[in-house]
Amino acid sequence: MSEVKTSEPLFSKKNMELIKNPLNQINPVTIQVLGICSALAVTVQMDNAIVMSIAVTAVLVIGNLLVSLMRNVIPGRIRIIVQLVVVAALVIIVDQILKAYVYDVSKSLSVFVGLIITNCIIMGRLEAFALGNKPWASILDGVGNGFGYGLVLMVVAFFKEILGSGTLTIPGLGKLTIIPESFFDWGYMNNGLMLLPPSSLFIVGIYIWVQKAKNPELIEA
Amino acid sequence: MEYINIFIKSAFIDNMIFTFFFGMCSYLAVSKTVKTAVGLGSAVIFVLVVTIPINYLLETLVLQEGALAWLGDDYANMDLSFLSFIMFIAVIASIVQLVEMLVEKFSPALYGALGIFLPLIAVNCAILGAALFMQQKQFANIGQATVYGLGSGFGWFLAIVLIAAIREKIKYSHIPAPLRGVGMAFILTGLMGLAFLGFLGFEL
Repeated sequence: MSEVKTSEPLFSKKNMELIKNPLNQINPVTIQVLGICSALAVTVQMDNAIVMSIAVTAVLVIGNLLVSLMRNVIPGRIRIIVQLVVVAALVIIVDQILKAYVYDVSKSLSVFVGLIITNCIIMGRLEAFALGNKPWASILDGVGNGFGYGLVLMVVAFFKEILGSGTLTIPGLGKLTIIPESFFDWGYMNNGLMLLPPSSLFIVGIYIWVQKAKNPELIEA
Repeated sequence: MEYINIFIKSAFIDNMIFTFFFGMCSYLAVSKTVKTAVGLGSAVIFVLVVTIPINYLLETLVLQEGALAWLGDDYANMDLSFLSFIMFIAVIASIVQLVEMLVEKFSPALYGALGIFLPLIAVNCAILGAALFMQQKQFANIGQATVYGLGSGFGWFLAIVLIAAIREKIKYSHIPAPLRGVGMAFILTGLMGLAFLGFLGFEL
């Protein structure tokens, strides 16, 4: 790759910031408010959230790389269509892989795998970053934003699953019981609201609250 | 009766925003004033009513397993459903473009109202989401699919106009600073979602 030979080291400070910033200051979900649909809908169980984060990160990284490689040959007028085709093709591959290897998760994600195509994080990063930057930086940007998205997803899924059903489903380990049986004997109850859609909105709302309280420069005027 | 049932179910019980969070990005971004919310909401209804029947025909005549039987026996066993993502999004993107041109030519007033929102809609997950749900639900005929599109669009319209009205009102309320703006919109949507849960189990 010719890009690597430039004077800048692979993991320079600037490149590391591409990965670090999306986790907090410019988090795609909580600060830029992109890609919310899937972030809210697939978080009833931890394993769904993990698989979805990996799927989105993979599409984002490969899509960023492809668009960045093609950035000088894509005509400006049809760039949206080109981006849609790249993303749709990648999502079809991801969908087939999920169906082949983790069929149960793919069933419970249902239409949300297809909706990765219209996930605004992906279109947003392709449009705002990959079209104007070199491949290596685009890959790092994809990794960073994918992790930023995954972080929010996992936090939401963590609280929803523990409070809602008292378990944590992690791929490879199965369903782990977190709240011990004895709690229930003393009168503890699972919060049924946590299994319903509105609870993810509350959790993301509180997440934004905590995040902005810790970083006052992010507060909206 | 069947049609009314599908309409009520898709608009209220399976409301796109409160149950599936479809199109949340534009829902949060364009809900600062009621006027723009009405514009985007109407555009979503319009595009759904146009694209869902077309995607339904595509699904039943081309993509479904065995759908290509009308081409001859050689094609009777073809299953192209893995192509549905790319076909649906292509249909949506091109129809939106076409509709935009037609509206601009024939109804400048409507174009003035919907114009800037139409291109946004091609990448609104509400449209693709409705198409994918339509595929899952296996409607019996094109009429039912169209009513499903209309109902989903109406539910989306209702949600965005409601939140815009509330956000206009709370502009002058005293909200904790870190929660101002998007944070509050999330919590409000959650509360509205709780209210919409009241429709659950509602049968016609």
